[in-house]
Amino acid sequence: MLLALGATLIVIVALLWEVAAPAVAERVRGIRARRALVTGWEDVPGYDPGRERRAEQKARSLLKSCVNEEEWAMYRDLGFIRVWGRLAEAPEPGAEPAAECGAPYAYLVYPHKPIVCFLPQTRRLLNEYCVAFPDETRPYGSARLPDSDDVLAKWMALTGDERRLIGTANMHLPGRQVDPKAVRRDLWRLSQWERARLVRERRRAGSLPAS
Amino acid sequence: MKFLRMKPGHGEVLLAEGDVEVRDEEQRLVEAFREQLDQGMWAAVPTTAAAGRRAAQMVKSFDEVPRDAERVIFFPRAAGGR
Repeated sequence: MLLALGATLIVIVALLWEVAAPAVAERVRGIRARRALVTGWEDVPGYDPGRERRAEQKARSLLKSCVNEEEWAMYRDLGFIRVWGRLAEAPEPGAEPAAECGAPYAYLVYPHKPIVCFLPQTRRLLNEYCVAFPDETRPYGSARLPDSDDVLAKWMALTGDERRLIGTANMHLPGRQVDPKAVRRDLWRLSQWERARLVRERRRAGSLPAS
Repeated sequence: MKFLRMKPGHGEVLLAEGDVEVRDEEQRLVEAFREQLDQGMWAAVPTTAAAGRRAAQMVKSFDEVPRDAERVIFFPRAAGGR
């Protein structure tokens, strides 16, 4: 009796392990990757927070001068920029390959994190595109651009040659480095932010009474 | 026309500046452009469309830079991340 129970228990544990092992391994990989993203600065010799802050301020000015007002406000308020995808449909015959033909997908561009592709209508996450812009001249020991320069580099590469950037990036399923819950929360924050912005603009235009 | 380059620990750095209508200055810009590409940089020109939409035009040679561009931004070539 005991032997039969023991054998059954072993079979159940083995089956459960078979089912759970890939999910556990994937989760551990995600946690390790996220930890690797937030560490690193301490290991760079000669790291100067003041210098990095000044570099970041210059980078923010450059970013502000390149993107449109809405994108800048989005980055300032939310910490990321949404860039609409342009490769959704085949261009009309005779149109430029880069012509915008509807945009049923978009990207969230974060500093020093993978670019997240998603469907705006359903908020479904499609992929993570891991891409970096390492400057191997390492002027101060680090190849890492200031945060806003990293965002601007992604924005320029996406709006200028989306296909090349996506072709260069390593594609992963959502959740490898960026927590899908955090991304969904960011999409919700973005929708709230857009709604508030729309109300403000309508008030300014005089079509809504001030509350 | 200004050539700017993103650099770690610096923000953007002014590499070169010149008038493309002046032959010597244009030549200097061409050389600076080539030097950056040789170092593995990508180059982009920020643009504004008629409707006010902002974008960037990636350029692979000096000839592709619009003559009226105010600045060209160089940044490290993209690499697949982890």
